[in-house]
Amino acid sequence: MRQFSMIDLVALTTALQYTVLLVVLALAFGSPLALFLALLRTTQSTILRLFTAFVLQLVQGIPLLALLMFFYFGLPVFLGVQIPPLVAVTVAFTIYTAVFLGEIWRGGIEAVKQTQWEAAASLGISRWQQFRYVIAPQAMKIALPATVGFLVQLIKGTSLAAVVGFVELTRAGQLASAATFQPLLIYSVVAAIYFAICFPLTLWSRKLEAVLNGSR
Amino acid sequence: MALVEIRNVQKSFGALKVLHDVSLSIEEGEIVTIIGRSGSGKSTLLRCINALEEIDGGEILIEGQKVYGKMPNLKELRQRVGIVFQSFNLFPHLKVERNITLAPTLTGRASKKDARELALSCLAKVGLEEKVDSYPEQLSGGQQQRVAIARCLAMSPHLMLFDEVTSALDPELVGEVLKVMEDMARQGMTMVLVTHEMGFARDVATKIVFMHQGRVWEEGPPSELFANPKTPELRAFIGSTRQT
Repeated sequence: MRQFSMIDLVALTTALQYTVLLVVLALAFGSPLALFLALLRTTQSTILRLFTAFVLQLVQGIPLLALLMFFYFGLPVFLGVQIPPLVAVTVAFTIYTAVFLGEIWRGGIEAVKQTQWEAAASLGISRWQQFRYVIAPQAMKIALPATVGFLVQLIKGTSLAAVVGFVELTRAGQLASAATFQPLLIYSVVAAIYFAICFPLTLWSRKLEAVLNGSR
Repeated sequence: MALVEIRNVQKSFGALKVLHDVSLSIEEGEIVTIIGRSGSGKSTLLRCINALEEIDGGEILIEGQKVYGKMPNLKELRQRVGIVFQSFNLFPHLKVERNITLAPTLTGRASKKDARELALSCLAKVGLEEKVDSYPEQLSGGQQQRVAIARCLAMSPHLMLFDEVTSALDPELVGEVLKVMEDMARQGMTMVLVTHEMGFARDVATKIVFMHQGRVWEEGPPSELFANPKTPELRAFIGSTRQT
C-alpha cells in the first residue's frame, strides 16, 4: 500500500485527456448527425418527420449506460469480433450526443417564426439556402445556451465509460483509489476536477441565456 | 396576354372554403387593389399568386406559366413576383444591406462586389440610404416596411404583391410607406394590393376588386366602383369604412 502522491495526480491528469478526447470525438461525430436529425425532424415530409421522431424517442429512452454496454459487450456477440473500448464508447457517445443535441437544435429551428421561412422562400432562394442563411443563424442563437448545458451533461456522462474499462478520469480515480486505499481523498480530487471544468461552462451558459434573451 | 390570369380558383383550409371560383386578370402596369372585410379571402388570394398557398382548383397563370406549389421553376417564378408582408418579416440577424442583397447574391443576380451598390440604389428608391448599416430592430415600423419593399425591388420583380402592408403600422407611419408605393406605381410597376387604405385605393389604383365571402363580388375602376356600388354588400362596406 502506498500514499496518494504525485504519481496519482499525474495519472489523473493523463486520464483527464481521455475524458476530453471522448467529449471531442462525441461532438465531432455527434453534431453533424444531430444537425441531420434536426433537419429530418423539421422537414416538410410527414413520414420522415414521424419516423425520425420514433427513432429519437427510442434511443432517448435507453440509458447511456445501456448504450455503452451494448456497444462494448453486446455488439461483439453479434459481430463475432471484439471492439476496442475507444471505438465502442465513441459510438455510444456519438449516438447519445446526436439524439439529444438533435432535439435541442430542432427546438431552436422551430422557435424561428414560420414567417421567416416564408419571407425567404418568397425571394426565390432554395430551401437549403433559406435554412442556411436565414433560419440556422437565428436558431443557433436560440439553441446555444441549451447546447452548452448539454456539453456539461456530456462531460459528466463520459465517466460512465469507466464501466467498460476505458481509462478516463473516473476510471483513473478508481485505479488510484484501489492502489492507495484513500477513496475519499481521491474521489474528492476527481470531483473537483469535473467541477472545475463544468462550473465555468454552466456560468457561460447562464450568461448566454441572459445576453441572447436580452437582444431578442 | 394578361400578366396574371386567375381562373376559377378554389381554396379551402380544412373544412373552411375561403375561395369560391375566383377569376381575375391583371394586365401589365395595372395597380389592382383588393378590398373587402376580414375573412373575405383577400390575403389568401394574394398568397396563392406566388404559391405561398396551394390552390385546390382552377388555375393561375403568370406570364403564361401555370403556377403550383411543386412547379419545377418555383424559385424563378418567385424571383419575378415579389411580396411584401404585413409583419415586414425582415431577417433580424442581418443588417439592412444583407437583408436586401442576400437573395440577389445567392441567385447570381449580383456579385458580392456590386452588392452594396445594389443595396444603396434600392434603398434610394424608398428613401433610406442612411440605414444601410442598421439592423432591422433599430428601425421604426415604417422604415422596416420600406426596407422590406427595397428587398423586393432588389430582385427587379415584374409584379409586386402587397399584403396589408400598412396594417401593423402606427397611423403616423402609414403615410411614408404609401408614398413609396405611389412612387412605384408612377414608375409603372404592376402591383396587387390587399389594403384597408381606401384613400390609396381611390387615388392610385387602376382597378378595385371587392371580395365578399370568397368571391369577387364587384370589380371596376375606382371612380365607378366607389361612386356607384352595384351590390348592397359593397355599399355597406364603403359605408363602414367612411366612418373610420
